[in-house]
Formats: sequence, structure tokens, C-alpha cells
Amino acid sequence: MSWVNAVVQGLLLGGLYALFACGLSLMFGVMRIINLAHGDIAVLGAFLVWEVSFTYHVSPFVALLPVLPIMAAFGYVLQRSVLARSLRGGPLIPLLTTFGLSIVIQNGLLQTYSPDVRSLGAKAGTISTKSWVINSQLAVPYIGLLVLALAVVVLGGLQLTLRRTPFGREMRATALDPDTAALVGIPAWSVYAKATAIALATATLAGSFLAIRSTFQPSSGPTQLIFAFEAVVIGGLGSLWGTLGGGIVLGIAQTIGANIDPRYSILAGHLVFLAVLASPRGRIFASRSTTT
Amino acid sequence: MTLLDVLDLQARHGLLQAVRGVSFTVSQGETVALVGANGAGKSTLLRTLAGAHPASAGSVRFDDVDITGVPAHRRVALGIALVPEGRKLFADLTVEENLLVAGRRARRGPWTVDTVVAAFPMLKPLRNKRASQLSGGEQQATAIGRALMTNPRLLMVDEVSLGLAPIAVDAVYESLSSLIKSGSTVVLVEQDLRRAMSVADRVMCILEGKIVLEAPTASVSRELITEAYFGLRTQGSA
Amino acid sequence: MTTVRGDTMPGDTGWFVRRSTGASRVASVMSLALVVVLFLVPEMMGANAVQQLTSLFTFLILAIMWNALAGYGGMVSVGQQAFIGFGAYATIFLTQHGVTPYLAIVIAAFASAALAAVESLLVLRLRGGQFAVGTWVVAEALALLVILDHSLGGGTGTSLHGLNRYSITDRRDYTYWLSLAFTVLLLGSIFLLLRRRTGAALQAIRDDEEAAASVGVRVRPLRFLLFVLAGFGCGAAGALILANTSFIQPTSIFGVQYTAYMIFMVLVGGLGTFEGPIIGAIVFFVIQYNFADEGAWYLIGLGVVAMGFALFLPRGLWSLLTDRLHFQLLPVGYRLTRPEKLPPKTIEGGGVVSDHG
Repeated sequence: MSWVNAVVQGLLLGGLYALFACGLSLMFGVMRIINLAHGDIAVLGAFLVWEVSFTYHVSPFVALLPVLPIMAAFGYVLQRSVLARSLRGGPLIPLLTTFGLSIVIQNGLLQTYSPDVRSLGAKAGTISTKSWVINSQLAVPYIGLLVLALAVVVLGGLQLTLRRTPFGREMRATALDPDTAALVGIPAWSVYAKATAIALATATLAGSFLAIRSTFQPSSGPTQLIFAFEAVVIGGLGSLWGTLGGGIVLGIAQTIGANIDPRYSILAGHLVFLAVLASPRGRIFASRSTTT
Repeated sequence: MTLLDVLDLQARHGLLQAVRGVSFTVSQGETVALVGANGAGKSTLLRTLAGAHPASAGSVRFDDVDITGVPAHRRVALGIALVPEGRKLFADLTVEENLLVAGRRARRGPWTVDTVVAAFPMLKPLRNKRASQLSGGEQQATAIGRALMTNPRLLMVDEVSLGLAPIAVDAVYESLSSLIKSGSTVVLVEQDLRRAMSVADRVMCILEGKIVLEAPTASVSRELITEAYFGLRTQGSA
Repeated sequence: MTTVRGDTMPGDTGWFVRRSTGASRVASVMSLALVVVLFLVPEMMGANAVQQLTSLFTFLILAIMWNALAGYGGMVSVGQQAFIGFGAYATIFLTQHGVTPYLAIVIAAFASAALAAVESLLVLRLRGGQFAVGTWVVAEALALLVILDHSLGGGTGTSLHGLNRYSITDRRDYTYWLSLAFTVLLLGSIFLLLRRRTGAALQAIRDDEEAAASVGVRVRPLRFLLFVLAGFGCGAAGALILANTSFIQPTSIFGVQYTAYMIFMVLVGGLGTFEGPIIGAIVFFVIQYNFADEGAWYLIGLGVVAMGFALFLPRGLWSLLTDRLHFQLLPVGYRLTRPEKLPPKTIEGGGVVSDHG
């Protein structure tokens, strides 16, 4: 595969990573929770789409229509029941709670479905296989373009919501100072629940498109979580567009690594992440994180 | 008519008793000044009245309804607004956004972004400025304006003049006076006794979590308040 | 509620500081006795018991180390498996180059400590969730590097061939004693850490880092110390797991399920206490012994129990005990006591006066 092709594929892959990352970023930005179950939730969403898709004989894109609200509702309930309580226990407890949740979801999926690798690509139809062939060296798969476009739309939509809408203002105010937000009438629990709902919906989108674009299995969650987190860190905390940039850098690192040797792809991503952490940029990131 | 009725209110900071059995009432249209040394419990008292701090005992009645267990954001809907100590503006939001975010769930009333800016003219050119870039006086004006956006029936301001230059304090009090003249009910915490007595109908002095002096401004001297402030003499209701 | 003595001298407060209590003295003696008994186990008990106890010791080491990081240092690491795997593979590497296996285990533990020192440069600047996932990524990267190395067995795995020179009984016994030795060493290190000034410093950091720093507590060196110690301990545990089992693979020995186990043990036992990880390790061991065959259900159960404890009993089982009975088994901490023999003097006017609330 040519280098140009590798970069292009990495760019498209970055769109998927950005989609995974924005939910993580949102939950952290608003609630200071790093949801260690984020990847597994995305996989859960993919399995739900699988169920609907195969039970009702519809394409995964159609299956998303009922699944997204279900997952959003699940997020709302999750926040109100479990996460809200864990927030009161200090910074350690949410990490421990979401880690426990991750194990439960992963193994629940393992128990319900086999560990077999599967894909929604076939169900999605030709869009998942066709490419726009530019020349003998370069082919741009339609599904990759779709995912990248979706990532831009979702991130843009979130950004717009945060900046322009009253709800977005409430989210920003609550993220900055939940105590004072209550003093001006904003119920923090409501803001948190809605933010979690949005985060889980985006995670479901990401998981489903991972399933369409390539493969997934019950244990795919942690890997996606790591990639999502790497995307957020590389792109810089607190910036939604940065998350897109971070995802793209990660994607390109992985595809270029794969171009050198297929076994190097994930490792290349890890090394870029660690390099960013070590860099002066990483120090800025670390110093911002100490204020949280 | 009694708007606020506080009975034997107690509040703690961990193991420390910050408010120890405070009782008083505030009538509609009154302005009450709360004075006392640092750490006397004034801020805790206001925060407990606003619902931001839990009461460990006692009761708070607003408009003859027991609100002791009501959370802060719901008290705002009932008509209680607190301008917290240190202003606590939303730093990354602009002045206008700070006002808008408070106005979203506001009660019906005369206060809108435009009327607030009219009441605090210094904010006019600052509408799109980030709150973190404002001066102390501008922040205080924005903070009071933000509280007003909720159209409160009872406005509580914690530490009106703290950290502000005298000129800034003048401006704030000018706006406060016109607010008070229009009939609002205000409870304010003020370190500057002269200012406090210039706007308040009544003065309450708090020492170590208890009210040690409570009297109409007209009938009490600065010396008396000062003595109560430092605990040299205890008098009046508890 | 205290009596006021009207005529005590200004400097003579009557209070003095004690480091140990009656209960802790008893417990200390019993602990020493226990260690002696444990040492004699291979002579007294059968093969299965020895092997199971070795397993228990490795869990105990992991629990103690994770508790040191999270409970004392406030650092939630999701990447300690990096050292578990590194310790195991370092042992393999060393034995491949002619070092005797048990010596290799010890060296591997120190090598893991060195790795921790290096990793700390990268991750100790981070906090909270960033630290957690950062450590995890390091573990994942290490696993991938090992998979790429064929001399270490690559992705298919390897075993500690150097142990073949010993008889099965000797292998088992030596591994047991080494595990016991490491356990005692690490418990002792933690105890020393808690007993000396560092103990109070750690408590201060946990309660309020800024305030602690402002009174001169050196936060970063302490965190560094804990991180390196945890690297040492987890590395030792990894090497011992290797010695205790016949075969390891990179994906499992570097697997994040070890973190799951550590979190479970520490949460259930009691985060931030000395006794907590011990209780947690025993509980986990018993559960594992009885239920590990259930596969996914077992892990689901573990996850649910961990969540339950995190939300409802975050201070763990040990807190149930300490909340009811106000004693502490360990002679750490400082106790203000006063001899009860002096009779209280009464004030003029009679009666005892209560001090301000």
C-alpha cells in the first residue's frame, strides 16, 4: 500500500476514533468522570444494533433509529442511579465504579453472545465494501468517508449545542461550577443525566460503525476505550475539534505503522500517544489536568 | 408581611458548628444587613438559606412554606437568589451568557438581560466579554445582575464590597439602592459598617454562629454594633 | 465533657503520645508467630496446600501494592499489569542467559522497580483518569513489544524452563518460601512507611495535597517512592506467578484483568488501610478457589460486587470492624493519652465544667 493511501486510510480511521472519543470527552468535560466502560458501552450498542438488524431484517442504519434512543435512555438512567452516587464519593469511586461496570458489560455480552468475531458489514450492504478508486494506489472506501463525515457532523453539532443553545450554556456552567449553577436554578443532576445520555448515544454510533466498517466482539471494548482516550489526549483536553484532530493523528499513526509491518500498527499508536505525553505539549496537558 | 422565617437554624462544617441556633424573620420589602467577623458564620448562614448547604437542625420557612429540605435550584424557582461570596461567575462564559444561563429557568418578572444592563450601566460595553477578564467591580455587578435574572423575591448578597475598590463599591451600592427603593427584599453581608447601615433597615450582628445583636438601623449606634461584633457585650435576641 | 483542672502548670499538659496500643501489641506478636508457622507449612502440609498458599501470597502482594498506590498515594493505576508481565518476562530473559531461576526472580523484581522509575517520568505528572489510562497504555505497549520478540516466545507464550532442574517438590517449596519472603518484606516495608513520618505525610497528601505541600510535605518524592515500590512488588508477583504456573502468554500476563482483581481485593477489604488488602486477598482467593470455573459469570459477579462495594461500602469490610470496635491492629498512628490515675480537681463552685462544643 502506498504511503499516500496509508495516510488517507488513517484519516478516515481517525473519523471513527473521533466518534468514539467525543462521548468520553463530553463526560469528562461536564462531570469529570472518565468512563472506563465507554468502549464496552459502544460494543453493547453495536450488539443491540445487531439484534435489531437480524431480528427485523433491516440494515444496521435503520436499526440505529430505535437503538440510539434506547441507549440514550440507558445513559440517563445510568447517571441517575449509579454514576451520580459514585460522584459523591470522591475522584476514586467513579473510576472504580465504571471499571466494575466495564467488566459486567463485557462479560455479560460474552455470556449472551459467543466470543466469535462478527461484523455488520454484510448487513449494511454495498456501501461497506465499495470504494472510490482514484488510481491504482489509492482507493477511498465510502464507509470511511461516511464515518468521517458523521464524526464532523456530530462534533460540530455538539460544539454548536454547547456554544449557542441554552442547554449548552447550562452544561458549560455546570461543568465549570455545579454549586453556583444550582444557585442560579440549574439542577446539576439533570444536566449530568442528559450529558451521559448524549455520550452513550455517540458511543453507540461509534460502536455500530465500527461493526459496519470492520469487526467486533464482546471483548472489543477496552481496545476502543484506549484509542478513544489516546485521541482525546493527543488532540488536547477540552477541545472537541481537538478530539477530531487527535483521532486523525492516531489513525494515521496506526496506518503508517501497519504500512511498515502489520504487527506494528497498534503499537505505533501507543508510541505516538506516549510521545505526546512526554512532550512539552503533554506537560501542558498534565498541568491542566491537575486543576481538575 | 413575613417573607423569610428562620427558626433555630443550625449548620455544620464537618465537625465544626458554624451556625448555632439562629432565629430571625425578614419582612417583604425590608433590607437587612448581616455583619460579623470572618468565620462568624455569615456565609454559611446565607448558603444554608439558599439551600447550597445542608441544615443540621432547625427550619427555614419562605412565604409560610417550609423549605428546609428543598434543594438550592428549587429555591431559586421559589424566589430566593444568592450572590455567593467571591462572586463565582462562570469564568469561561461571557457576561451575557452568565446572565442568560440564570434567566433560562427564571420566574416571571421584570428582569431581563436588557433591564439588568440598564440597572448596571457599567456592563453595557462588557456584554460579550468573558467573565474571567472582568475587574472586581464589574464581576460584582454581573454577579448581582445574574441573581436578579432569576427574578427573586428575596435577594441575598454575600460580601458586597469585599475586594472591591471604593469607586467600584460606590457604583454597586448605587444600583443596590435603586433596587432597594423599588421594593425588593434584600439580605446583605457587608464588612463596611457605614455602607451597611446606609442602606439597611435592620442590622444583625453574628458572632460565632449566633446572633448577638438585632436592631433597626435607626435606633442603634455604631459603637454598639462594634461591641457586639467583637463580642465585648452580648445583647438582644438569640 | 472533660474536667477542667484549675491548677495545672502551664507546660504540664498531662498528655503524652503513644505509638502502640494493647491491641496492636497483641496483634504484632501474633503476626510474628503466624509468619513462623507459615514458614513451616511445606514441612507440615501437602502439595496442594503449598501451591494454593503460594497463589494466595501472590494475590496478597498485588493487593498490598495496589492499595499502596491508590489508598496511600491516591494514584489509581489501571496498568500495574505492566510490571506483572515485565517481572515474568524479565525472569525468562535472565534464565535464558544463565541466571539461576530464583535469583532471576529477585533481580527481575528490582528490574521492575527500575522500569517503574522510568515510567514515573511519564505518568506521575498525570492525575485521576489520565493517570489510569496512561498506565494502561504503557502496559498494552509493553505487551505488544513482547509479542514481537520471538526469543521471548512471542504471542504463543513460554514457560520457565530453568525450573526443570529442580524436583517438583523442591520447586514448589522454594517458590512458596520466596513468595512468603516477598510478602513479608513488602508488608514490612508498608508498615515502616506508615510508622515513620512518611505515614503521616501520606495521610496528609490524601486528605489535601495542597495543604500538605504547604507544610512541607514532599509530595512528588513520596508518590515516586510508592510507584517504584509498587513496580517492585508487582514485578515480584509476576515472576512468582510464572514460577507457580507452567506457562504464560503475553496477552494474559499483561492482561488488565489483574487490575480488576486488584481493585476488587482492595475495595472489598478496605482502601487505604493496612489490614484491608489482606482481608480482600483472602476473600478473593476463597471466591476464586470456589468459582473460577464459572467463567464469564464469575467475572460478572466480581464486577457487580466491586461496584456494590464502591457505591455502598467504599471503605470495605475492614471498616465494618473498625467502626464498631475502636481498635487498630497496627502500631502506627499517634495516640494522645493521659494517665487516668490523677484525680480530677474540681473548680470553685463544685461540679465539673464542660468545655465549649
